[in-house]
Formats: sequence, C-alpha cells, structure tokens
Amino acid sequence: MKAVNQIKLTLPSLSANEGFARVAVGAFVSQLDPTVDELADIKTAVSEAVTNCAVHAYGDAIGTIYIIAEYYSDRTVKIKIKDKGCGIENIEQAMQPMWSSLGGERAGLGFAVMQSFTDGVKVRSVLGKGTTVTLKKVLSQRVHI
Amino acid sequence: MSVRIELSEDKLIAYLEGELDHHAAPPIRQQIDEAILQHKPKKLIIDFEALSFMDSSGIGLVMGRYKTASEVGATLTVQNISAQVYKVMRLSGIDRIAVIKLKSQMRG
Repeated sequence: MKAVNQIKLTLPSLSANEGFARVAVGAFVSQLDPTVDELADIKTAVSEAVTNCAVHAYGDAIGTIYIIAEYYSDRTVKIKIKDKGCGIENIEQAMQPMWSSLGGERAGLGFAVMQSFTDGVKVRSVLGKGTTVTLKKVLSQRVHI
Repeated sequence: MSVRIELSEDKLIAYLEGELDHHAAPPIRQQIDEAILQHKPKKLIIDFEALSFMDSSGIGLVMGRYKTASEVGATLTVQNISAQVYKVMRLSGIDRIAVIKLKSQMRG
C-alpha cells in the first residue's frame, strides 16, 4: 500500500529537539483528525524514541536523527525514528521495563511507553551502525455529521 | 516548563507547568530538591494541573523526588493527574510509593 502523505525530518540529536519532533509529528498526524488521546499517545511515543536517540545513540556527541512519518488510506500511521549511532547490544534487554543502561533518573520505561501507547513497535539495530525504531498506530474511524 | 513552589505549614507543593520531558526535567528536579532539603516538609505534593505533556521522564522526576522526600521523612502525593499522565504513571508502579489523585477525584 502506498502512503497517502509523508514527511521527513532531519534534526541534530539535541535534547531541545525532543519537543519539536513530537509536536511536528503531531501536527502532521492532525491531518487525519485523530482523537485527543490518539494524538497524545503518538506524541508521547515519539518523545520516547527521540529521547533515546538524544540520550543513547551518540554518547556525548551530537549526531543526526532521521524521522519519516507517513499515513495510509486505512488511517494507519507509521513513524520511523532512525539514528546512525552506537546501536543496541541487546534489544530484548533494552526493551524490558525499568531497565536502563544509564541509571540516574532515567526510569527505563521508554520502550514500555512506546509499546503500550501504539499498535506496534519494531526495533532494528546494528552495533556501531545505528538503530531504527518504527512505531505504528491505527487511528479510529471518525464519523462526521 | 517551569515549577512554582509553595510552602504552607508542613506542606511543600510543587506546581508543574508546561511540557515535562528529558530536556526540561533537570532544572525542575534541582529546584524541587533544593526546596525539600531547605524546608524539610512533612508532605511533598507535586501538582500536575498545568502540565500539558509528560513522557517517561516524568516518572524519573517523581521517583527521584520520592527519594529526596524520604530522606527528610516526607510523604509524597501527586495530584491533578490527567488520564494521559496516569497512563504513563501506571506503567511504572509509582502508585506503590506515592498517593496518586486524578483530576476527576479532586473535583469530586
């Protein structure tokens, strides 16, 4: 199936861009007139994925985050958040709730939030090459009177 | 993102405002901790009424403040939690360490 519409964003992995990324993706998805909850779910999941890029992917350096968001005629939204950073050694472990490689005040809930707020999370990662997280959300049908 | 801190008797209330994410959390964390350690309240209340967004960074913020509050013997309540914020909090088991009051419960 071909996407009805698509945006591509490229941004430095600065933490200041976490807010911009979720708002930009939210504005794009708003074309589908999502419910308030659906929109908040998407923004929260995007915020988690982009934060992972800002915190983990490039260590203390600043790299690039690539975001592709698209939607389909059946109201499926797909958002790819990609970095060319360090990669994840053990994806299964990284996705476990409350597990964090960093400690501090990171709750280790990023992937748990992504999973519970979307209809699918796919993670592809190659050590030393980078990580791609794909979020899928199927929006409910809106009845317009 | 900002925090307004109010003291009344043995209570310290931190009113959060804006969008709470990984970028915004550090200065908020520091301001609340400083106030707790300075005033040593019996009760710490974190108010979410004016918070328009929160991701899992908010969980770290609440858990960390629970630790600081415990150091001075204070209990923790988080109040005016929206349904969306509650969805994030529910994943963390925070309800085991803090009293959570939803917006609807506050009004009711």
